Amino acid sequence: MAFVTPSTTAEKYDVIVVGSGAAGGQAAYTLTMDGARVLMIEAGRNYDPRSETPMFQTPDQAPLRGGGTPDKPFGYYDATVDGGWTVPGEPYTNASEENERQFKWWRARMLGGRTNHWARHALRNGPYDFKPYSRDGLGFDWPVSYDDVAPYYDKVEMLIGVYGQNDGLENTPDSPDGCLLPPPKARIGELLARQRGRTIGIPVIPIHRAVLSKPLDHTTIPAKLHPGNAKAQRIITEDMQNRAACFWATSCGRGCAIRANYQSTTVHIPPALETGNLDVITNGMVREITVDGAGKATGVTYIDKTTRMEHYAAARVVVLAAGACESVRLMLNSKSARHPAGIGNASGLVGKYIMDTVGANWGGQIPLLENLPPHNEDGAGGLHVYAPWWLYKEQLAGKLGFARGYHVEFGTGKGMPGYAPYVPDTGGKTSFGPRMKEDARRYYGSHIGFSGRGEMIPNKDSFCEIDPTVVDAWGIPVLRFNWKWSQHEIRQVAHMQRTFAAWVEAMGGKNAKTPDPDGTKAIENGGFVIHEVGGAMMGFSEGASVTNSWAQAWDARNVFVADGGVFVSNADKNPTLTIMALAWRTADRILDEMRRGNL
Amino acid sequence: MDRRLAIKWMMAAGAGAMLARPLAFGAPDAAAAQPGGKGYGTDPDLMKPYKPGDLWPLTFTDAQRRDVAALCDIIVPADGQSPAASTLGVTDFIDEWVSAPYPNNVADRKTIMAGLAWLAAEGPRRFGAAFADATDAQRLSLCEEISLEAPENSQLELPSKFFRRFRNLTTTGFYTTPVGMKDLGYVGNVPSATFDGPPADLVAKLGLTDEVKW
Repeated sequence: MAFVTPSTTAEKYDVIVVGSGAAGGQAAYTLTMDGARVLMIEAGRNYDPRSETPMFQTPDQAPLRGGGTPDKPFGYYDATVDGGWTVPGEPYTNASEENERQFKWWRARMLGGRTNHWARHALRNGPYDFKPYSRDGLGFDWPVSYDDVAPYYDKVEMLIGVYGQNDGLENTPDSPDGCLLPPPKARIGELLARQRGRTIGIPVIPIHRAVLSKPLDHTTIPAKLHPGNAKAQRIITEDMQNRAACFWATSCGRGCAIRANYQSTTVHIPPALETGNLDVITNGMVREITVDGAGKATGVTYIDKTTRMEHYAAARVVVLAAGACESVRLMLNSKSARHPAGIGNASGLVGKYIMDTVGANWGGQIPLLENLPPHNEDGAGGLHVYAPWWLYKEQLAGKLGFARGYHVEFGTGKGMPGYAPYVPDTGGKTSFGPRMKEDARRYYGSHIGFSGRGEMIPNKDSFCEIDPTVVDAWGIPVLRFNWKWSQHEIRQVAHMQRTFAAWVEAMGGKNAKTPDPDGTKAIENGGFVIHEVGGAMMGFSEGASVTNSWAQAWDARNVFVADGGVFVSNADKNPTLTIMALAWRTADRILDEMRRGNL
Repeated sequence: MDRRLAIKWMMAAGAGAMLARPLAFGAPDAAAAQPGGKGYGTDPDLMKPYKPGDLWPLTFTDAQRRDVAALCDIIVPADGQSPAASTLGVTDFIDEWVSAPYPNNVADRKTIMAGLAWLAAEGPRRFGAAFADATDAQRLSLCEEISLEAPENSQLELPSKFFRRFRNLTTTGFYTTPVGMKDLGYVGNVPSATFDGPPADLVAKLGLTDEVKW
């Protein structure tokens, strides 16, 4: 079994997994390692990071010096294939024309999906994050607790490899011994930000990122991941040895040819294929989940994008892992007599309460960092440290004017130049000549850029639905988005900018501008941070949620939602690690239920 | 009169019109208004080294290339540490940039091509020679004038905007080459068995500690 075509698929599978990213990769990995026969269907092309990643290429080898274009929004060397906030032939619409009510939907059409491009920030939700309603009366509680998910966080961290440190901070969980790899040393600007952040009460600690700071311990981890499963242990033991540790160069956003960071294509899919239990269809756009007369899923129909022919694949179970809104779209488009509003949608909640991460940016220039002696600051190709949310007590006491927190990501140092370096244009003149060259040297690496990443509270005005008139290039009805930030998010962004400005001053630096007083201009559009979750919320009861706590649709018991669609809240922690932990848990449940004969 | 001579005369007449109206900026000829060619698409071959002209046709005439190179080298001249911009392919990069079909490039194309048309007229008007053939002092004096963000002579407002944009394109082109990166003190992009962090003496000099524990 391996990469197959519509004419070489098996007659029936145990499980069809729609999507191949964090959720699809993890679900397929877990299922195939335990013997289930799986067909994974990916809407994009096959992609192999080992042969396709531009590791050491410099901008002068790329068109337009590698800068972003509408074809490659994150730059020429970004790993994304056939993706972005627009995808040719695959439109979506927004119900409102107002700028602040737009949702920008990022997709990637490639094996591994958005995991090929992500920042690799692998943060655990904390105990508060699963019970936010109980804490402040807003939004919803999850039907699972931190303790339910923690064992899966442990396993995912051990499998994918996450560097970080246990600091014991509030709602910022420590990992058990043996889960984390050592964090890389902080860069000079990060050390300065830590020292000065401390003076205004902001903690700076190592971030958790899915990058191998050293090789995985293949002698002990496999038995912890797959107790009693000799075949799985053998496969993952060997595969872990085929992943090299980071060589401390090149940006992770390009992907990783040596498999030192997590992508579904570097970690999940290779061992899953090695089991012999995984078939993969690429360029397969799933149109609909098919059902029998009782409303039970029987498989999916999908379009082979290379031939435009429609095909059918059958399975006992369908796992949706297409990315929250794409899974929502598929459910809403799967209408039948038993599911007139779409499969899984008896509650009418499919597409409701979608969320992104709240984002705002800031920049400052730090004289203390000027003219530093050159030294290599590439590091792990991304962040080494960050500031987790630190004002839990003040917030709970109602002192902040908004209900949920944010963490701070910041970048400093001499990274690989990608565009014109800063030079001061003083005296009303565009600087040029020998003086400009001196200034470029002096100021390069003396800037700090902040990004606030905050929690959005789900609201009734942020949802997606099927557009009544527009279809994509395959004739499939597309999504129409509705979006609105609440005052909680807008005030949070104002707080972010005030904090960043104070932090720059604490570093002895100069702010580029003054903070947006009320946050309305500073807040990024919905979807900009690419942390789309919700729309198929899990819950305690059938009428008030789309799935149960196992991500199993209430009204179609052999349909599971393994991606961020089931999120009930969207903590400031980046969603990917939680998506993988829940996908593993869901796959375990599917295996158990199949063994019991319930699926 | 043969056709070639007629065109020469017409161009001279055009230049004469420019003499009277150096403000004739922002009206590039129709051929320069829109680039030809398509973008590289959403799935280009990232492993293949690329050169300007491989993907879309370039724009500059030989005379424009010479002016562009001369202007680049005033903006980023050679010094003891690194060479001048035009020696690192920056002329080709700016040509590639203004020839690309993407919206930002099309917008820059208007600014840059109009600026180059202005420069082509202004050189002969001031110096009796193309900008590229003027003396260093002449070229520098012209650049000093158009480097002012709010020039007293309102006729230089658009050339001043052109200069700002051209400067940024020149520095982008220069500092994204391996030589330009080294000039900025960027010493990465090399594999290493360990990441050692900043030098200990630098950490001490800034009064910091090499520890990240809360």
